Amino acid sequence: MYGWIGKVLRVNLTSGKISTEPLNEKLAKDFIGARGLGAKIFSNEVDPNVDPLSAENKLLFVTGPLTGTLATSAGRYNVVTKGPLTGTIAASNSGGYFGPELKYAGYDLIIVEGRAEKPAYLWIYNDKVEIRCAEHLWGKLTGETTDLLLQETDPEAKVACIGPGGENMVLFAGIVNDKHRAAGRTGVGAVMGSKNLKAVVVRGTGGVKVANKEAFREAVLDARAKLMAHPVTSGGLPTYGTNVLINILNQIGSLPTNNFRTAYFEEADKISGETMAETKYLRKKACFACTISCGRVSAVKSGPWAHVGEGPEYEATWSYGSQCGVDDVDAIIKANNLCDQLGIDPITMGSTIACAMELFEEGVIDQETTGLPLNFGNAEALVKLTEDTGYQRGFGAELAAGSYRLANKYGHPELSMTVKKQEIPAYDPRGVQGMGLEYATSNRGGCHVRGYLTSPEVLGIPEKLDPDSTEEKPAWLKTFQDLTAALDSAGICLFTTFAIGGPEIADMLSAATGIDYSAEDFLHCGDRIWNLERLFNLAAGLTAADDNLPPRMLEEPIPTGPNKGKVSKLPEMLPVYYQVRGWSSDGIPTDEKLTELGLA
Amino acid sequence: MSNILLITPERCTGCGSCELACSFKHEDEFKPTASRVSVLRFEAGVSVPLTCLQCDEPYCMAVCKTGAIDKDADSGLVSVDGNKCIGCRMCVMACPFGNINYSVTAKKAVKCNYCDGEPECALWCPQQAIEYLPQDTATLGRKKAYSAKFAQLVEEVQS
Repeated sequence: MYGWIGKVLRVNLTSGKISTEPLNEKLAKDFIGARGLGAKIFSNEVDPNVDPLSAENKLLFVTGPLTGTLATSAGRYNVVTKGPLTGTIAASNSGGYFGPELKYAGYDLIIVEGRAEKPAYLWIYNDKVEIRCAEHLWGKLTGETTDLLLQETDPEAKVACIGPGGENMVLFAGIVNDKHRAAGRTGVGAVMGSKNLKAVVVRGTGGVKVANKEAFREAVLDARAKLMAHPVTSGGLPTYGTNVLINILNQIGSLPTNNFRTAYFEEADKISGETMAETKYLRKKACFACTISCGRVSAVKSGPWAHVGEGPEYEATWSYGSQCGVDDVDAIIKANNLCDQLGIDPITMGSTIACAMELFEEGVIDQETTGLPLNFGNAEALVKLTEDTGYQRGFGAELAAGSYRLANKYGHPELSMTVKKQEIPAYDPRGVQGMGLEYATSNRGGCHVRGYLTSPEVLGIPEKLDPDSTEEKPAWLKTFQDLTAALDSAGICLFTTFAIGGPEIADMLSAATGIDYSAEDFLHCGDRIWNLERLFNLAAGLTAADDNLPPRMLEEPIPTGPNKGKVSKLPEMLPVYYQVRGWSSDGIPTDEKLTELGLA
Repeated sequence: MSNILLITPERCTGCGSCELACSFKHEDEFKPTASRVSVLRFEAGVSVPLTCLQCDEPYCMAVCKTGAIDKDADSGLVSVDGNKCIGCRMCVMACPFGNINYSVTAKKAVKCNYCDGEPECALWCPQQAIEYLPQDTATLGRKKAYSAKFAQLVEEVQS
């Protein structure tokens, strides 16, 4: 095979059995790789009703056919499993250098099964694969874990590991690779922790071949030229990192603030990309084969939060910043760094603290429960509670289940800003209507990167849509969801789609694999993947009632800022979305649709 | 030699496009371990690309017992004649920079040859951390950038 390696590594942690098998070419063609191929193999092998933290759940690390090549920003891999936070299929995507290394070692994917009796890690050096003892690493932060593993394996190896968050099965624990890149959302790290698997360490000295060398070179040169000419991928992101969005979202009145009590933050500029570029960023750091280089090495130079690390990205700056009413950028950077070190998702962490802050301010919980005064704006609390959550200490043990379970426990489910039990991110859906539909219908719970309508609604890419209008949003969302599912599966970064789309990616994919994918074929694969994920969730017990938004979005108008008075018009959009998708009014894919997609 | 590869490490983001472009051109696959250029990534997020510096007195050439390594007087390029190379790896041991490699597949020494005048690494580097510039004026850009600070100072003092 070209693009794909053609080999699957299967590791059973219960029996210790390690085996390889050929990659099924038909599945690879139809589901591409990474997110799609992972979802197909996972749903073929695992009962949708499996307990996510049981030995029967499986954990897949899956690359795409473009991963490891010179294609634009092609360093991605996906972790696919059933998520403990949401109970949905979980596909969590990460960059850095781990994915390409797995392919250079000779595998498209790893299927991890069972549960190790004692803490273990997986060491892969090309075709030599061992399950090794990790008892000496258990309890260690991701940075130290990575350093120790590089010392005892190979300094050039790449490490994907969990921190205390995953070990302690924080329901939103992530898997951290290359120290600061993470498969962050949906709790994939807790699944890894439940398997007693501390890390996967891989060193590969092989390569990836493509089918048509000249055509591939031309296709990538074309796509790269577009990325390097586009203002977002050659200007905004490279200059300010993803935090360029803070001021943009605040200026249009859609920066969620104080647990979505409002959508305008007076102090936004203090936590903006522009401010961080001046005072916190040290240098740019790119993922594999990336021309954009949105990553940042950053430093807090003095004070209680002094450290050097990476990030924060926009979503974390928001979740710890305006969402908690905090304008202390040093505390935000420190709390985000703790998330990397503990291996937990900063979006859910910050937003769960915000939920607790509202419970506190409403008098539902008091200092006896929280251990500290938990008013909005308390910067110290971010750092303290993040650490306590990672170790399941004190009030942190309650936060470790996420805001849905926290708010329910205290009798106020309406104060959890979640969809399918996962926290919604940093675009207020009352001010950006399409994003509300995107949150409500995401197959992995509240999420912004399943169909990023912020692109047309806020940034005007590929064309400007009125963020307040509901018209055409369902159709736009379907296209974005399908395109994203397909490109996540190909192994390239979502950020490339600011500048390129289906035609360019299909050209790269066709030249790499030798299979002729038109832009339409590519989107069709995305549609197939989207429906497959939906079928898994329906079989796992989710229904159309789960395609919803927190009641605040539907009932409480934004009280301040440019979008004052607005609510989400989700009920107008959802039935149309089901129709556009070819689903019944109950949100179930019709037989006709499944036949069309080859999923019947 | 008309042009040289000028490396500016502070521009490098560590993306490794150069390694991929190099191995694709010379080995027909994406394989960083077979690349003639390497990116060394350091903890602090600083990355340094390295490739053959085409030394005026190449150690690799001095130790080669079969005369397989030669420096072209006009272009200045140090190259390996695969027909003469016996794969003894003396050159690999001699290069103080680690910039000549032994290819397990070719069973020969391999090194950067500037892609015969059109180096792929420079073409694909998105940050201009590797540039292919006329030898006699290659460092002019750096001189200008540094002297601009003086120019500004002079302007301020005189205004």
